[in-house]
Amino acid sequence: MTVMIEAKNVTYQVGGRALIERIDLSIDSGALTIIVGPNGAGKSTLLRVLCGELAPTQGEVLFNHEPLRTIPAWRLAHRRAVMPQASELGFPFTAFEVASLGVEGIGQGLSRNDRQRMVIDALDQADVGHLARRNYQTLSGGERQRVHFARVLAQLAAGRTVEPRQVLFLDEPIASLDLKHQLALLNKAKSLAQGGLTVIAVLHDLQLAAEFGDGLVLLHSGRLVARGSADDVLSSNRLSEVFGVSLISPALPPNPWRLTA
Amino acid sequence: MIAAALEGEERSSLFRDRRPLLMLGLACLVVIVSLVAMSLGATGVPLSRVLGIITEQAAQPSGDALVILQVRLPRVMLGLLIGAALACSGALMQGLFRNPLADPGLVGVSAGAALAAAATIVVGDALLSPLIGPLPFTALPIGAFIGGLLTTFALYLVATRQGRTSIATMLLAGVAFGALSGALMGFLSYLSDDRQLRDLSFWSLGSLSGATWTKVAVATPLILPVLLVTPFLARGLNALALGEAEAFHLGVPVQRVKALAILLVAVAVGVSVACAGMIGFIGIVVPHVLRLSAGPDHRMLLPASSLLGAALLVAADTVARTIVAPAELPIGILTAIFGAPFFLWLLLRRQGGFSL
Repeated sequence: MTVMIEAKNVTYQVGGRALIERIDLSIDSGALTIIVGPNGAGKSTLLRVLCGELAPTQGEVLFNHEPLRTIPAWRLAHRRAVMPQASELGFPFTAFEVASLGVEGIGQGLSRNDRQRMVIDALDQADVGHLARRNYQTLSGGERQRVHFARVLAQLAAGRTVEPRQVLFLDEPIASLDLKHQLALLNKAKSLAQGGLTVIAVLHDLQLAAEFGDGLVLLHSGRLVARGSADDVLSSNRLSEVFGVSLISPALPPNPWRLTA
Repeated sequence: MIAAALEGEERSSLFRDRRPLLMLGLACLVVIVSLVAMSLGATGVPLSRVLGIITEQAAQPSGDALVILQVRLPRVMLGLLIGAALACSGALMQGLFRNPLADPGLVGVSAGAALAAAATIVVGDALLSPLIGPLPFTALPIGAFIGGLLTTFALYLVATRQGRTSIATMLLAGVAFGALSGALMGFLSYLSDDRQLRDLSFWSLGSLSGATWTKVAVATPLILPVLLVTPFLARGLNALALGEAEAFHLGVPVQRVKALAILLVAVAVGVSVACAGMIGFIGIVVPHVLRLSAGPDHRMLLPASSLLGAALLVAADTVARTIVAPAELPIGILTAIFGAPFFLWLLLRRQGGFSL
């Protein structure tokens, strides 16, 4: 495994307040890394800095050993996709058109048909193929989130024709999904990571984070508190310290549900 | 499995591209409306004669040839240009604001241009005329154009922090600029004499009656490039519909797209206001009708808005100048009478609130 993204002493400030502070972090390629932490810990900010959306106030991010700030937006779009928290849309685009935005202008040597096939594949993978013709504005929160998942999958598929080493950023991707689709999305992310994609996700559910993450990154008040395997990061001392909750058993219990999608 | 369900007919309807057909239809509409507009009026000229005059030009100089070539043709051409400019900048603004209710009037471009024109009429007359004699006719359009550009630029400065334009700030600032312009306009009309007042009111209602070949010659090289450049923003505006961050994620140079859109709108609206005064609601109605019938994709919407806007304004102008002939109605009144209720209807049928 090689390092795909490296944050060096990264600080991001707004109005003199540091949302994340002096973070050093390297993320391996081909792994599913999950960022956890309580509300306001700076999880989303870290994600937005790592994907190039926010320029760090101090420090530097290297993307595949290249300084992130020197990579123009259009090249970056071939190398990484970002799934946002559910978003509003002012115009009545269909789900298919929203997913198609992922392949427009991305990729090389792709015919119209190739792009359409990529969009259909992506819609199927996100289990929203049946909604393709529906107006996005009339979809539920969870359906919208899956449409955006399809959009980023399509973008990665198109970008892969130019840039094989890619990163997928997921910002609370399962927030409004039902149980079945939560597991389906995380399983998909996991299998993409096993296929060589670097996946970085922000999750709230520690149980799922522990189960799916190859590595966990724990943030607290803008600082990196711990990183490593779930067992290391989610010790009961830390959980009570960072989240203000105490666990009944000293170690995480084996997952009581063992759900499979 | 679902891909399989989308095979065949289902699938082809999903991707059916009606763009070429729509464009062709709209282009035909523009031609037909223009020809009919030239044949109607105080002196009726049969369609066949209109065609003859246009194609054979000065073959046989006659009364109706003069009417067509010197009066109606420049008026129709100016109407086409301004209708296209207004509708196209409406679509641009709506894409930029991610809100189908945005309009060039909303960001204060029209108001700024109107104020500058009013100032040219009243103040310019009082201060400059004694020095250099009566102001040349071109002073008014130039004033309006500069006013539109200055307002847009000021708005951009107010709403942009650290290279990012806040759409909400810009809309609200546009409201403030509009109110300020309105107040100053009122003050100017209080100052002005009877003749100036008549100029002011007629002009601020909007009319194509002052169309001349000179105006067409001024407007064409400014509006045509705007109409031709605009479609290149389509992909950026489509992505921008998801949000600015999402558009950036998709590789769109967001700041550049926004700056270019603002500049194009300023030019189009400034020139339109300068040549024909304030004509409202074309920028709201046209893109909306097209979205209803052919979807919100800007690759279709931008060029189609130009075409439909051109046809609609020429048609409206034909009604305005024939309905009370030999007098004529300011076209701004006509577009507002139909446009304002349409706008209200849009507001009422919107589910949920506004999002910026």
